[in-house]
Amino acid sequence: SKEEKQRLRKEKKQQKKSKEKKDDKESHVSSAPPAVPAPVSNSVPASEVAVATEKPTKSKAELKAERRARQEAERATKQTKKGEPGQQGATGKPKAPPSELQPGMVKRLSEHVQVDDPDVLKKLAKKLERQQIPLRSDYGYKVSLFSHLHQYSRKAPPTQQLSIPSTVIHPAIVRLGLQYSQGIVAGSNARSVALLHAFKQVIRDYTTPPNEELSRDLIKKCLFYYMNLFPLKKFVFFLINVTYRVFFNTIIFLIFPASAKKKRFAKSKLLTSIEWYIKEKIILAATAIAHSSIEKISDGDVILVYGCSSLVNNILCEAYDKQRKFRVIVVDSRPRLEGREALRRLVQKGISCTYVLISAVSYILPEVSKVFLGAHALLANGYVMSRVGTSQIALVAKAFNVPVLVCCETYKFCERVQTDSFVSNELDDPDDLIVTRKGKTQLAGWQQVASLGLLNLVYDVTPPDFVDLVITDLGMIPCTSVPVVLRVKNVDQ
Amino acid sequence: MELQAVLMAAGGGSRMTDLTYNTPKAMLPVGNKPLIWYPLNLLERVGFEEVIIITTKEVQKMMSMDPKIKVDVKMKLDVVCIQEDGDMGTADALRHIQQKIKTDILVVSCDLITDVALHEVVDLFRAHNATLAMLMSKAHEFTETVPGQKGKKKTAEQRDFVGVDQSGQRLLFMANEADLEDGLSLRKSVIRKHPRMHIRTGLVDAHLYCLKKAVVDFLSENKSISSIRGELLPYLVRKQFSKTANYEKIKDDCEDQTQKKSSTDDEVVISSRDESLLQRAQELSCWNDHRGDMSEAYHGGKLRCYVHIMEQGLCCRVNTLAAYIEANRLAPKLFEEPAVHPSSVISERCQMGSDSIIGALCQVADKTSIKRSTIGNSTTVKEKVKIANSIIMHGVAIEEGCNIQGSVICSNAVIGRGADLKYCLVGSGQWIEPEAERTNEVIVGTDQLMEI
Repeated sequence: SKEEKQRLRKEKKQQKKSKEKKDDKESHVSSAPPAVPAPVSNSVPASEVAVATEKPTKSKAELKAERRARQEAERATKQTKKGEPGQQGATGKPKAPPSELQPGMVKRLSEHVQVDDPDVLKKLAKKLERQQIPLRSDYGYKVSLFSHLHQYSRKAPPTQQLSIPSTVIHPAIVRLGLQYSQGIVAGSNARSVALLHAFKQVIRDYTTPPNEELSRDLIKKCLFYYMNLFPLKKFVFFLINVTYRVFFNTIIFLIFPASAKKKRFAKSKLLTSIEWYIKEKIILAATAIAHSSIEKISDGDVILVYGCSSLVNNILCEAYDKQRKFRVIVVDSRPRLEGREALRRLVQKGISCTYVLISAVSYILPEVSKVFLGAHALLANGYVMSRVGTSQIALVAKAFNVPVLVCCETYKFCERVQTDSFVSNELDDPDDLIVTRKGKTQLAGWQQVASLGLLNLVYDVTPPDFVDLVITDLGMIPCTSVPVVLRVKNVDQ
Repeated sequence: MELQAVLMAAGGGSRMTDLTYNTPKAMLPVGNKPLIWYPLNLLERVGFEEVIIITTKEVQKMMSMDPKIKVDVKMKLDVVCIQEDGDMGTADALRHIQQKIKTDILVVSCDLITDVALHEVVDLFRAHNATLAMLMSKAHEFTETVPGQKGKKKTAEQRDFVGVDQSGQRLLFMANEADLEDGLSLRKSVIRKHPRMHIRTGLVDAHLYCLKKAVVDFLSENKSISSIRGELLPYLVRKQFSKTANYEKIKDDCEDQTQKKSSTDDEVVISSRDESLLQRAQELSCWNDHRGDMSEAYHGGKLRCYVHIMEQGLCCRVNTLAAYIEANRLAPKLFEEPAVHPSSVISERCQMGSDSIIGALCQVADKTSIKRSTIGNSTTVKEKVKIANSIIMHGVAIEEGCNIQGSVICSNAVIGRGADLKYCLVGSGQWIEPEAERTNEVIVGTDQLMEI
């Protein structure tokens, strides 16, 4: 793989644009040793962190967005090059994926383009760069601190440029991307399950082309679809990466040792392993977490929850079933107002609830005995990444000396390290912040005001000082033990 | 494959018999292109590569000879012929091709001219995992005078009542005025689930439907349904709100009452093997399509019908004479094509308005004036002819000194010299004698008059 890296470096030097950034990127990329068998998904977050930090927070937002898109494209080509040599030592690379990242073009490429030719490879890499493929264009003025992130409008759906019976991208993936971008599938567990379901359909519909190997071609296809999901939806990098990483592991460990006779069963094995993964890591984990959390809930408790976390809702419903007497305060925030859904589910169960907005949290907190929070990911330095507003709740709870318990399955643990919410985040549609009251929409013309920018963040990070306990399916651990769990998991695998 | 396109081109044009007695509706020229070219172009532009066309042998023959279709349409056309005198409804036609259908389908009618962004309809179908997604558009009044119309325009068109929910996307109610004899009744179950319903009447159905494959299978079991628009759609819309355990209703719909029948009848049975996984993802997701009551997203219903209502843009169904004339006005604006076909010979002293288009191989002589008109292929126009607001189809010969206003002249007609036609419809192959003066008449052959 050292030779691969050298070859890649040479190729990069041959490319015309952004040479100095390439040097930086190389050092960052090479210094992020993938401890996990699938280097692909991990180098994605690592290099994105690298790119983000090296960019100065000045200069035009548009230029940055373009550069970012270009670098993502470059990274896409690099990923596909690096990922497979790292695993198989093969040289032919899936170049069909990035070229087909431009489905807006009238020319329809067949899915089985022969891509092992290195000349084709180089030409496509250059074309990619030149054309700067953002599939969805960014919308509106981006606040300068976040100009390294994409901001899409819900009114410009990702499917605008795709052909309708989508042949290039598997229709299950298109459907998934659409559901993500419209918010129909929201919440980390739901997204993971939906993603795995879509990949199950991809695998089920997959047929090995005649002169390709099942393993190589399937990985190539999955990578391609995954790369297309990048611009197709807004996503949480590492959460999906984590899911994806494990999904990938199963492919690799299944297929590599598989003899020619067993290749027949490779597909069904893959499918069962995905089902097993969902069952164990998501469903049974939820049961285990509920089981241990119920010990923490005593009669007469007043529990504060924020937004709608499927795990926390599950815990509360189970506790109610086990005859614990408690009441719940649901804190909600605009623009998503997800707390309403949590409120509905809890009240339907029969739990007595109070509903406040986040601006009233310091008013309501003296009544609260415990705070239960859900998480999207737990970072390696103990920070909790969750819905925006969670860190505020944790801060205020700390000030009032109320214990904060974070519930999180182990599959959400991630090797990333992040200390603030700027470096990587998701920017939602800024028009969601516009509200019409009494017939008047004050922010209707926000784009015309030069000095006004709307920022709709999705995630934020909470430092471990504010979190008292993390409840996982492995038990109750302090926030700082996340790296230990990760190490143990890696050893297991 | 995600969607298969099915183009219904076997319709007879029963509401414009004067135009269609010689030319099948699918091949009527609109803006000098055959009518069927427009939906084919729409499908091709969005990226379809294959289309199943259900049509008659006559249309198939004409399609294979038509240069526009042969050259322009790059998709693979799979033509299925059915008997034209057989009483086949659109649903019967779908049943006929059931073997060819392997995935969800997009049914288009051949008389649809639109510039809709098709992904809006298909996105509704994909994102909500809907059973039906259709396209509707606000109806526009026809402003042109229709030839042969005696008296004011009759409002005999039966109105459609379409009920949508607050977001304007979920289809809750659909009925035609003809079916509502003593009033419009709404079921309580609908109102309980969707307390705010907008009922709209000024909508025209574009006859563009995305249907799940399960619906086609259902059709093959239920042979009593023969029309998509008339029977299948209202059935699906009603079924959204019927209780799934209500087997009495299902027994009414089909004769056979075996377990298999009732299970395929109930379109809750979706063939996806991972339905439980999708269900779980939906449960874990914190999204709900409605607020204000205690039920989950979609009220737990598996059958969902969605509609995309176009507020702007062109959406025209060419099934009456008035619509045909309107389409001829509007269709050329959709495409950036030169007004005068390069192969036709126009003399310099001809005054041509900017709204007119002239087809291939035409010959237009001096001192003619052509305003707001469409002239078909291989037409000859002699001197001193004034043509305004008219539609001239292919192969027509217009002698000198004619004055044609607001008329429709079908193919291969001959207009004698000095004829003065105002708001007339001249049938195919007819001959108007010289110096004739006709106003507001429909001139067709005597043998056609016998068809009732």
